Amino acid sequence: MDVIAWSRLQFAMTAAYHWLFVPFTLGVAMVMAVMETLYVVKKDEFWKKTAQFWMKLFAINFAVGIATGIILEFEFGTNWSNYSWFVGDLFGAPLAIEGILAFFMEATFFAVMFFGWDKVGKRFHLASTWLTGIGATISAYWILVANGWMQNPVGTTFNPDTVRSEMASAAAFWEVISNPVAVSKFFHSVTSGWVTGGVFVVGISCWYLLKKRQQKFAKASILVGSIVGIVGSFAVMLSGDSSGVHAAEFQPMKLAAAEGLEDGGQRAAFTIVPGIKIPGMLSILATHDINGYVPGINDILNGYTDNEGNVIPSVAEKMAMGREALVALSIYRTTDDPSEKAEARYALEENVQYMGYGHLEKPEDVIPPVGVVFWAFRLMVGLGMLLLLELLVVGFLAWKDKLDGKKWLFIAALICIPLVYICGQAGWIVAEVGRQPWTIQGLLPVNVAISSLSAGAVKTTFFLFLAIFSLFLIIELRIMIGAIKKGPETPNE
Amino acid sequence: MSYTFLQNYWWFLISLLGGLLVFLMFVQGANLHLGNRTLSELQKRMILNSTGRKWELTFTTLVTFGGAFFASFPLFYSTSFGGAYWVWVLILITFVFQAVSYEFQNKKENLIGSQPFRVFLMINGILAPLLIGTAVGTFFTGSDFTVNKVAITDPAAPVISSWGNNWHGLEAVTEYHALLLGCTLVFLTSILGALYVLNNVDDDAIHAQMRRSIKLSILPFLAFFLSWTLILLVRQGYAVDEAGVVSLEKFKYLHNFLQMPVVLVMCLLGVVLVLWGIFQGGYTKSRGGIWPAGIGTVLVVMAVFFVAGYNGTAYYPSCTDLQSSLTIRNSSSSQFTLQVMFWVSLLIPFVLAYIVYAWRQMDKKKITGSEIGSTEHKY
Repeated sequence: MDVIAWSRLQFAMTAAYHWLFVPFTLGVAMVMAVMETLYVVKKDEFWKKTAQFWMKLFAINFAVGIATGIILEFEFGTNWSNYSWFVGDLFGAPLAIEGILAFFMEATFFAVMFFGWDKVGKRFHLASTWLTGIGATISAYWILVANGWMQNPVGTTFNPDTVRSEMASAAAFWEVISNPVAVSKFFHSVTSGWVTGGVFVVGISCWYLLKKRQQKFAKASILVGSIVGIVGSFAVMLSGDSSGVHAAEFQPMKLAAAEGLEDGGQRAAFTIVPGIKIPGMLSILATHDINGYVPGINDILNGYTDNEGNVIPSVAEKMAMGREALVALSIYRTTDDPSEKAEARYALEENVQYMGYGHLEKPEDVIPPVGVVFWAFRLMVGLGMLLLLELLVVGFLAWKDKLDGKKWLFIAALICIPLVYICGQAGWIVAEVGRQPWTIQGLLPVNVAISSLSAGAVKTTFFLFLAIFSLFLIIELRIMIGAIKKGPETPNE
Repeated sequence: MSYTFLQNYWWFLISLLGGLLVFLMFVQGANLHLGNRTLSELQKRMILNSTGRKWELTFTTLVTFGGAFFASFPLFYSTSFGGAYWVWVLILITFVFQAVSYEFQNKKENLIGSQPFRVFLMINGILAPLLIGTAVGTFFTGSDFTVNKVAITDPAAPVISSWGNNWHGLEAVTEYHALLLGCTLVFLTSILGALYVLNNVDDDAIHAQMRRSIKLSILPFLAFFLSWTLILLVRQGYAVDEAGVVSLEKFKYLHNFLQMPVVLVMCLLGVVLVLWGIFQGGYTKSRGGIWPAGIGTVLVVMAVFFVAGYNGTAYYPSCTDLQSSLTIRNSSSSQFTLQVMFWVSLLIPFVLAYIVYAWRQMDKKKITGSEIGSTEHKY
């Protein structure tokens, strides 16, 4: 494998590990904040002990989330040097805002939340618990603004004098932070975190019921956890729907890959699994219109006319224009002749929209790994539905106080814990593998985004980080299992 | 707001963040005392729980320092992080081990026992200031890289910033002047750590150990700091003219101090404050030495950054190709982005205010042995 492949693998591995810890943080933060609010409102020590138990698990998870997060942030620079420069003008701002607004909030109030029970007042402590979760959520927004821009690069123009994408006006900045892809991604990711938190809390609580321990605590936790999870699930579905529409509009190749759609058209069918299709359903999901046109992989390669009547050139044509842009940029940067410079600038501006395509070797390079994206999408949707069903059933029975003796359900809820993580990972595989070969859709392919490192150097750090993160994960799981076995400090009733 | 003002403003903020980061690295310095054999297990846990309530602030400041550099001077981010690969990877690894060690070290399910995690904290206590100090030291010694923006049009070698050797930054530890700054930081953070513990923990035996440690660290700290400073003042530096052309200038950094008297005064005031804090901690009964020493540290580090980047100076010089050197003019984000971030940065005082408020609330009660014995929520 070359340095590009190792750099991609290292970033994917770091992101995948990071996403094991982040959704837990987002979801359990919500659960424990609700529980502590109940404690403050009802003045009932039971809720304090309940919140404290989940807080203990939160803290174990939080540290590893931070550890993987810092590596992820710096890998933008260490492994994607060209990318950092190309997008720094735009990408850096959300990261800096994330640091100033969100990270300090999380860090400061986490310390108060975890250590401050006997040091600060009840209300200040409750505010700290909420602010820890809000800090994590704000953090998610800003990093997803950056990620959303990579999927749909709005609000910037290429500046040949600096050789990067730049924002130039308040309207452009607004376009970036209100990018529909970023907004959908934010809601989709954060609320999927709520589902993770909900499923985790419900699953662990069911383990206590299975062991006939801490039953009052377990049932109360199931109620709160299932409500957070169910609200999250419905929000995930809504934001997932808009994500599909955005993919059709801004990343049609990703959608075609997720559907394994070779040749598109109007009234396109949705494939549940190969061989089972719902006619017209894909057009409805992608365009909210049964007659909507959805391009397939071959249409995108060969060119097509979209639903607004725009003629989209073939990939070969885009590559030709992209190469013209690159040649013009090279001339613009090296010539001292003013008229040649002006000519080059004109040629560049004419073709800059497709400059990224100029780096591709052949048209087929724009096709992401179809099998991976296709099955990851089905895994995500299928597991998402199953998890919602689980939350609805367990939540309903907990509400009616009819959970006793439902051993099979307790075991199913426990099994759902790994499933919710697989679901989240599958979602990110659809989003990120589906974007290949681009780091920034249409502008910068991965082979041009890298640092000047040897494959051996990145391979070494890949295995180093893999070993470190795996060690951390194993230890975290052992500590968490130990804490769960020990149980909460609520009375054992 | 002019582009020049905004570039200068963001270099100021980077300098401030750098100063705060070095101050907050008292966490790293304090953790070095976990290896002190005269301290009991309970006393070590008191220190751990004291730094354990602050480490996230240090960590967050490091992340924000990186994020702010990315946002305001992205060419530095792409050149230094992508080039000095091994240095940054090593720094990151020591920090990720630190991040989990607090939580893991006292849990019986942690696979490798308590001691290795404490050793990780101590390794972080030495390597983090050493490597960060050495990396900042290269702001004055120069590094082996080139920047060629046209490269992006070349499919065979499209990377804009290229490092000139396969050591990817590790060669900096052979550059004695840069290394001196790293060593200075190791002893400075060790002193700051002792001053912090002295202030935050209620235990006479720990206090005696901290005062002893401060006294032991003074001489090496001063030796490294003064050597680094003297060499800085007499060495040639990387000057940049109005047209952006970089050239070598004798006594450049001395000239910078003399041509920016405010920075000189700031630096001297900072040094006096650090020494006053050290004196308070090492030779009086006062427990408040961390405050003058902390403020002094921020002032001195800011002055060092000012001297590196202001007054027509290339802050990240290339010794391979002078014209590839990075300045606050050629490496910054666009005027509009810096302006947006200017407005965002006005929130920093608010952020600092709530950090100070929360800190005061948490530290009103000092850490005691009985608290460590009784509370459930502890490291």
